[in-house]
Amino acid sequence: MAALHELTLVQAHEALTRGDVTSVELTQALLARIAAVDSRVQAFLTVDADGALEQARAADLQRARGPSSALLGIPLGIKDVISTSGVRTTCGSNMLATYVPVYDATVIARLKQAGAVLLGKLNCDEFAMGSSTEHSAYQQTRNPWNLERVPGGSSGGSAAAVAAGEAPATLGTDTGGSIRQPAALCGITGLKPTYGRVSRYGLVAFASSLDQIGPMARTAHDCAMVLQVIAGDDPQDATCTGHPVPEYVAALTGDVRGLRIGVPREFFVAGMQPEVEAAIRHAIDVLRDQGAIVQEISLPHTQYALPVYYLIAPAEASANLARYDGVRYGLREPGESYFDELERTRGAGFGAEVRRRIMLGTYALSAGYYDAYYKRAQQVRTLIRRDYLEAFEQVDVIAAPTTPTVAFKIGAHSDDPLAMYLEDVCTLPLNLAGLPGLVVPCGFAEGLPIGLQLIGRPFDEQTLLRTGDAYQRVTDWHTRMPALV
Amino acid sequence: MDYLVTIGLEIHAQIQTRSKMFCGCSADYAAAPPNTHVCPVCMGLPGSLPVPNRRAIELAALTGLALNCRIASDNVISRKNYFYADLPSGYQRSQYDDPLCVNGWVDIDGDQGPKRIGLTRVHIEEDTGKLTHTADGGSLVDFNRAGVPLMEIVSEPDITSPEEARRYFQKLRQILVWIGVNSGDMESGALRCDANVSVRPAGQQAYGAKVEIKNINSFRFVERALAYEIERQVTSLRAGERIVQSTRGWDEATGTTVAQRTKEFAEDYRYFPEPDIPPLRLTEAWVAERRAELPELPDARRQRFMTDYDLTPYDATVLTDERAVSDYYEQAVAAARPRGVAPKDVANWLTGELFRLLKDSGETLVVAAQRIRPEYLAEVQELLNNGVITRTSAKEAFDAAFREGRAPAQIVAERGMAVIGAGDALTDMVRQAIADNPKVVEEYRGGKVTAIKYLIGQVMKATRGQASPQAVQQALEQELTRQ
Repeated sequence: MAALHELTLVQAHEALTRGDVTSVELTQALLARIAAVDSRVQAFLTVDADGALEQARAADLQRARGPSSALLGIPLGIKDVISTSGVRTTCGSNMLATYVPVYDATVIARLKQAGAVLLGKLNCDEFAMGSSTEHSAYQQTRNPWNLERVPGGSSGGSAAAVAAGEAPATLGTDTGGSIRQPAALCGITGLKPTYGRVSRYGLVAFASSLDQIGPMARTAHDCAMVLQVIAGDDPQDATCTGHPVPEYVAALTGDVRGLRIGVPREFFVAGMQPEVEAAIRHAIDVLRDQGAIVQEISLPHTQYALPVYYLIAPAEASANLARYDGVRYGLREPGESYFDELERTRGAGFGAEVRRRIMLGTYALSAGYYDAYYKRAQQVRTLIRRDYLEAFEQVDVIAAPTTPTVAFKIGAHSDDPLAMYLEDVCTLPLNLAGLPGLVVPCGFAEGLPIGLQLIGRPFDEQTLLRTGDAYQRVTDWHTRMPALV
Repeated sequence: MDYLVTIGLEIHAQIQTRSKMFCGCSADYAAAPPNTHVCPVCMGLPGSLPVPNRRAIELAALTGLALNCRIASDNVISRKNYFYADLPSGYQRSQYDDPLCVNGWVDIDGDQGPKRIGLTRVHIEEDTGKLTHTADGGSLVDFNRAGVPLMEIVSEPDITSPEEARRYFQKLRQILVWIGVNSGDMESGALRCDANVSVRPAGQQAYGAKVEIKNINSFRFVERALAYEIERQVTSLRAGERIVQSTRGWDEATGTTVAQRTKEFAEDYRYFPEPDIPPLRLTEAWVAERRAELPELPDARRQRFMTDYDLTPYDATVLTDERAVSDYYEQAVAAARPRGVAPKDVANWLTGELFRLLKDSGETLVVAAQRIRPEYLAEVQELLNNGVITRTSAKEAFDAAFREGRAPAQIVAERGMAVIGAGDALTDMVRQAIADNPKVVEEYRGGKVTAIKYLIGQVMKATRGQASPQAVQQALEQELTRQ
């Protein structure tokens, strides 16, 4: 048997079910792995060893009592923008360095209900704003395949932790690609569900109309098991309602015969790394060989996604981040008056990228500019969504690259925010359209992973998972682990 | 030179719901210790999300219908962005482009007779927390009120005097309380008002610069604040000064308005649709349900009381001022009808004797109605109509019913208050009076018919007032002819 920290979630579940290992042993093995490698990877901001072991003991007792759920006793890591009762939740920001939530996000409550073990909280770009985890106020998470490279972002900690064997699965969040891009760069599988599939209650908001929580793991099958637990209506989230949850694991038939796959020409952008394009096209060929029907399609408004995104997301962020005023929680820098204190607190608490986006968003919403910017952006957003819905009349799944290149060097884009924003050019149209996207590893260039992005119809995660799982049944990219040297 | 006055009011009314606008916390904050009716949502904790209160939207729509508004089918909640320590999210959830209710009106008594005041809009929003400034220069904030549902009711600038403004405000309060959407309690801030006022020389078409007066929480103050502000503006204009568009606060202590900020510092609220709340679609069927929920309104009921119950305009007004009193009266009338008692007589008992008793006891009718049931008004009048009791006894029985909560008929029976009108008791007393006053009897028989009055008085005295004079006279005449 492989080392415990190398097990997929499915393998860990089977080992626990057979009694080959206890949850306490599995949790201890992962805590040991974190202790061994995280000083180099720097994925975790908070490791809750005591809490995790307590949950593991409870899970073992629960298992002894009878039938158990798929995640019982499975250790998971959580991106640090998701509210965890009693466990510090920093959002990668100095603003919340001391913030300990009094409540669990709905996804956390559901994981706890299912008996999962929560190892700790994972690093990310500050308030999930970034594509490299360089904007964390705390530490630079590194790509386990090459420690000089970024892990992607903003869920860089969540991706690196899985790639480095520190957790079989983690939760990330995706506002413009923050699950899919780091999954691709770290060589793991990541799912951004449809907007409204998973409750956002307790997800610290970046851009409310775009944010979505999703699983990150080694395989599509693992993602399906986590999604099963976290998906579904939530009376505490008015945008998460009215969509029954299917049986995701049951949908993994391995059969993609007759599946119609569209390949959008607009996604193969200028400046794309040739090895990346080759790997993506090869992966599509693999699916074709498995019986899928591949055709080229067009998504004509793709070029507008980036400007539209950088109006809508900062606009919403400028309001969402207004609550950090030092009055009720988080950092407070004393001042002469409320407004003086407010300026000092926000000046000290927010990093440069967060401040940049707050200013962009404030401008876009200002009197006299609203119609030209925010409102126009929402109109174009409708056109982008329409592109996809029309495409889905022809095809069942869209296959595309996730990123134009493999992971870049730490610091490569630090002087050029626009170059950083271009990282998300292939991922953020899905957030604007509210669609689900699954990334599966499909090759390497320069020793760094490449990820294939599969895009699905609204609330049709099962077809994406089936496609990704079928691909992983005949490929082994997802089984490779970095040497971590 | 004469000046024309233009006034519009913005009224903020708490919507009476059990829970807050966007979370399950109790909205009954008034008596609660600070920061006890709070949760992650109304404290603006990171990651919390709002879920709209269905009942609050229903009641706001009900208000719109009562105010003759059109209910919008597509409703958008917007974020109004500004920083303040009592605003937990850094934005207030409100409505901007698409308010719930538009284009309504309210009829009032204007300075020159009946007048219709137009309503621009009624929209829903959430209240803020409450700041208390301490002696040492610090501030304390209580979030119990944060997230309590409010309606903002905006009038057209159709009001032309402070008196009209007061009457409009009073009329709105009457309607809001009547339909049960607001407590009408202005002292606690459940109902408050901002007034916009401008003046211009007669003959000038364009409105003068608009001044907003904030923080008015009584009918008297709305009138006084506007009177003061109009006087101030007219004086300024007469002195050749320019009025600047600005916001002023009403200061109760000095009876003046005080400059707060001018338009130069006006905030840009950067409204945009709240992405956490999908647009609310209100169907025609839904609006029809609300319409079915709407009770008869005071103006309509007042008219009906005059037409159907033959009440004077004054009585009809008094009996439609408050819903509880009006409904009580309706119940009393319902009990009166089968007893052959006129609604007008019931109204007299209510506005006369009952109001006096309430004033003495300091109770509201709702409280006293636990004892003095509406049907007792009908019953006491019936006893009177049927000659069972005298007017004096009726009042006594009514007072006893009010105090003791027992039926007037029962009280009359137990205390022997029934008129001694027939039978042996009266006959005995009549005979006794005849026997005791032979001289008077002689005078009567001799043709001095008025002499009977003395005998009636004697009998009445003997009955201690418990006989009707008519019955006594009848019995005396009978007895005197018999002998």
